[in-house]
Order: sequence, then C-alpha cells, then structure tokens
Amino acid sequence: MSVETPTRPAAAPLPTYDATDLVGARLSAPRRYKNRVATACVWASVILALAPLALVIVLVVKNGLDAMGVEFFTGNIPSTRSAATGMGPAIVGTLIVTAAATVMAVPLGVLAAIYLSEYGRDGKVAATVRFLAGVMTGVPSIVMGLFVYTIWVLNFGQSAFAGALALACLMLPVVIRSGEEMLRLVPDDLRNASLALGTRKSRMIRTVVVPSALPGLTSGSLLAVARAAGETAPLLFTIGAIQTFNPNLFAGTNTVLPIQIYNGALSPFEGAHTRAWGAALALIAIVLVFTFAARLVTARLSTDRHR
Amino acid sequence: MTAKLAERPAGADLVRSGIRAQAANSSFAFVVRAAAVSVFVILVLIVVTMTREAWPAFWHSGLGFVTGTDWSPSADLYGALPFVYGTMVSSLMALVLALPVSIGIALFINEYAPRRLRAPGVYLVDLLAAIPSVVYGLWGVLVLGPFLLPYVQKVADTIGTWPVFSAVFGGPVGLKSMFLAALILTIMIVPIITSITREVFDTVPADQKAAAVALGATRWEMVRGAVFPHSRNGMVAAVLLGLGRAMGETIAVALVIGSTAQITTRIFAPADSMAAVIANTFGESSGVNRAALIGLGVVLFAMTIVVNMAGQFVARRSGRKGAGT
Repeated sequence: MSVETPTRPAAAPLPTYDATDLVGARLSAPRRYKNRVATACVWASVILALAPLALVIVLVVKNGLDAMGVEFFTGNIPSTRSAATGMGPAIVGTLIVTAAATVMAVPLGVLAAIYLSEYGRDGKVAATVRFLAGVMTGVPSIVMGLFVYTIWVLNFGQSAFAGALALACLMLPVVIRSGEEMLRLVPDDLRNASLALGTRKSRMIRTVVVPSALPGLTSGSLLAVARAAGETAPLLFTIGAIQTFNPNLFAGTNTVLPIQIYNGALSPFEGAHTRAWGAALALIAIVLVFTFAARLVTARLSTDRHR
Repeated sequence: MTAKLAERPAGADLVRSGIRAQAANSSFAFVVRAAAVSVFVILVLIVVTMTREAWPAFWHSGLGFVTGTDWSPSADLYGALPFVYGTMVSSLMALVLALPVSIGIALFINEYAPRRLRAPGVYLVDLLAAIPSVVYGLWGVLVLGPFLLPYVQKVADTIGTWPVFSAVFGGPVGLKSMFLAALILTIMIVPIITSITREVFDTVPADQKAAAVALGATRWEMVRGAVFPHSRNGMVAAVLLGLGRAMGETIAVALVIGSTAQITTRIFAPADSMAAVIANTFGESSGVNRAALIGLGVVLFAMTIVVNMAGQFVARRSGRKGAGT
C-alpha cells in the first residue's frame, strides 16, 4: 500500500540535526506526516479486517441462540416453510463425514510426510511430490466435489462416504505439508542415536521420530479437520439430501450443517433463516473446538521444548 | 556426515538383520513411498475422469465452450465466457481490496503492534480463516447485502450518472451483485495473503531494519526501504496464491453473486462465476448440461492450477518453504 500523502510543500528545509532525527523531534514535515499516515493506515487495516469478524460472530451467536433448544439437537429437519428448529441429522452427518474423512486422510498424509522427510528428503521424487501437494492444496473445493462425483457417485451413488472421500482429498495435502514440517523439526541427533543402537530405519521412525513429532502432527491434523468440517462445496453433489437421521456411513444419502446453512440462505422463509443461523452457530462451535484443540496441543508442545 | 548416517538404508540394522526384519523395513519404505505417490495418482485421476465426463460438452461446443458468450441449457448453448469473466473480475476486485489490508495487517503484527498485541493479532487472522465460507455467504446475503443496498443505490444515483463512471457504477442496482461477491471474497482471502506476507516479512534480516533505523529512518521509511524491497517476490507469490484461492471459492460467491450469466462492466449488476454456477445448477442438470458443468470444473481446475503453480514457483524462488495452506 503505497501511501503518497498530499502534504503541504515543505517550507525552507529544516536544518538537519542528524542525531535528533532518531528521536523524531526534528523530522521534516513531509516525513513526519507520511510516517503518521502510514501508521494510521496500518491500524485502519486491522480494524477493517476485525469489523467483519466481530460482526459475523456476534450475529451468528445472537441469531443462532434463537434456534438452539433441545429440538435443535434431536429433531428431524423440517420442511423449509416450517418454523421448527430441528437440525439433528445435519449435526450427526457433519460428525460422521468429518470423522470418516479424517480416518482416511490423516494416516495417508502422515505416511506421505514420513516419506518426504525421512526417505525422499531432497531427491527428485520428494521434490515433485512436495510440488504436487502444493498444487493439490490449490484445487478448488468444488472441483474436488465434481471429481468424487465422477469417480465414485456415478458408480456407487451418493452417501456420507462419498462426501468423506471429497473432504479427505482436500485434507490430504494440508496434512502432508504440516506433517513434513513437524517431522523435520526432530533433531537428526535423535535419528543417529537410534540408528547407532542398531535399530532398523522403519523402527527408528516408528519409535523415535514419530513420537517426538506427535504433538505437531496432531495439531496440524486437527487444523486440517477444522478446515474440512466447514466445507460445503465438495459435499453438494456427493452426499445428497435427507431430513432424517442416517448414521450409516456407506448407505443412503445424508446431510451436513454447511449444506443446511446454504439451503437456509437460499430460502425466502424466516424459519429457514433461523435454522441456518443455528446451524452456523453449531458449525462454528465444531470448527473452533478443533482449532482450539490444535492450539492447546501446540502450546503443550512449546512448553515441553522449553523445559 | 550426520545427514548421511540418518539416510543409511536397511543395512544399518546391526542387531536384527534377519530376513523378516529386512522385509519389514523395506515394506515400510514401500508403504510410505506409495502414500507419497498417492498425491500424484489423485491429481491424474482428477484430470482423467473429469475430462472424460465433460467430453460430450467439449465435443458439443468445441472451442466455443470457452469463447462463447451464451449459456442457455434449454437451447443447448454452452458458452462459458460469462462465467470465466465473472470469476476473473470478482477475484481481481477482491485481490485489489484485500492486498492493502493484508499488507497492513502483516505490518501491524510484525512491525507496528505493541509486543502484547502480536500473538492476539496472529490468532485473530487464524480465526478469520476458521469461519466457514458458507457462514460468510449467509451473512452476506441476509445482513451485509441488505445493509449496503441503500448506500450502493446512492452511489449509483450520483457517481453512476457521470459520463464515464456510469459504465462501472451505473444502475440498476441489485441486492446480489458482482460487488457484493467481491466484498465477501475479500474477507475470505485476507487471511491467506496476510499469513504469507507476514511469513515473508519475517525473513527480512533484523540487521537491515536496524540499519535503516540507525540512519534516521522513520518507521514507515524503514518499512519502505528495508522490508518491502526484500519481500517483493514473496508478495507476488502471496498475490498469486490469494488469487487462486479467490477463483476457487464457491459457496459464499454462489450465495451473493446473483446467478446471472452476463458480461457487464457494471459492478452493481448481478453476475455469475464458474464455481457458483456449478454449485447452483448441478443438482437440476442432466445430459450435456451436466457434462458442460463438469467441463466448467475442468476449465476452473486448469486456471487455478496455472495461477497456483506460478505462485508456488515464485514462492520457491523467494526462498520460502511453505506456500500457504
């Protein structure tokens, strides 16, 4: 942000007292104003970014609480015109789909991260995989949804599992990247000490490297889970629509909170809006639980380090 | 030397070099290698299966698929240019709005904030990124849009009537519009651009900053003279990765852009984007229409990949390891 401030033309140049410039007492007017305007702009940009965050959170909490009640958690989702507040199936669906995606993406991602940090290192294969993981991070979530639609739904139909596949594809590169970073933080001395004791490399990785990196791996995975739990686009065509509970991962269509929010936002009815706000509050709560958990694990990691 | 030891393969196993141990060792190596290669497999599958499913539409429309300006499934016309235009314009507008704010926040956290406020600053940016996009969409369509409408109307009635400006700010004004989509996108890409620029600013040697201050530079002069020149590549990478993110953003845009396939320079008019039209119409589509929507996905995939690869490339050159998550 280049801030060229309109300043009045500098009058006679001030005598320069080099040393006093350090304390800002005798800065020339243009320099002083430019500096002040820049500082103001920096603070303004922080406030600009905070305003929507605060507004969104306040509104979601305020409107969301209107929908919250026992019925919200236990009731089936009513028709869009209804004023009933049931959202239970979507909560269960979100938990099932996210859990299944985690079970698929985290082990695969951590194994890939182990390859990058312990085996591939600076080799060509590792460099390529690293690059492709970066590319995969950038694949739009809607494209992941279309991909799973073409490869899975066309053959096996819509289900919570199809949605989980799409989310897993989104999580995978995130887990790989953060995982490799964490594994790289493990000092080589530990590896060498273990190898010098005669351990096989695979055992060294399982008993020394991964346990030392475990808090970091956990926190990275939790953040990936948090991100995936809020995704809507990959689930639109993969899990279908349902208004009743379906705890079955593999059979039958399902529904999740983000899709209910989307439907509510598209609907012209007041009741649907209220349910959407409630679903938004529940979703943010779920996402923040994972985010905070990741923070807690990271905090514990850093206190362990300083001990 | 140390690195070499760590990389010694199965032969390093001095105690139990039995055949079973060897097998366990090499099978583990095989498994992790397979896991790494899965990334490659998935990307290839994305390209192959989606292109195959989209083929009827590509065949139907030929090159017109990306150059045609009429998208009308009922008339069997599939020209995706209005969506490409909507995606690019909304993303670029968001980028223009988000970049100064992001750089400001990054500077705040790294250079301006009192020490106590730094950690909360990072935390708040994370929080901004943690809010799911559909929630921003909900807020945009139910709260922000209606709130802004009278002001937007006022702008259209004044500036929008001036000769040249009417092409951009002229009415009629819609509740859902390209402008609203760009605003919501801005909020959503600020966190990613901020975190990358901040990482880049972190790499500026403290010596250089100290030197600038020692020469009598004000804080702003220090930023301009020491921080920015050192971070130019990284900021370009941040812009490209933010652009890639904006182009792929779906749900929030689908809710606020207005779902009207038209190419217009008026930012207060409704428009449509590639991701949004897929999300909004895929459910009711069939046959060639469905293939065409998958084809849009292929085009979107290709565009974001190009932008992201460029971003990765610049990021690598600027010497950073990670390139945003």
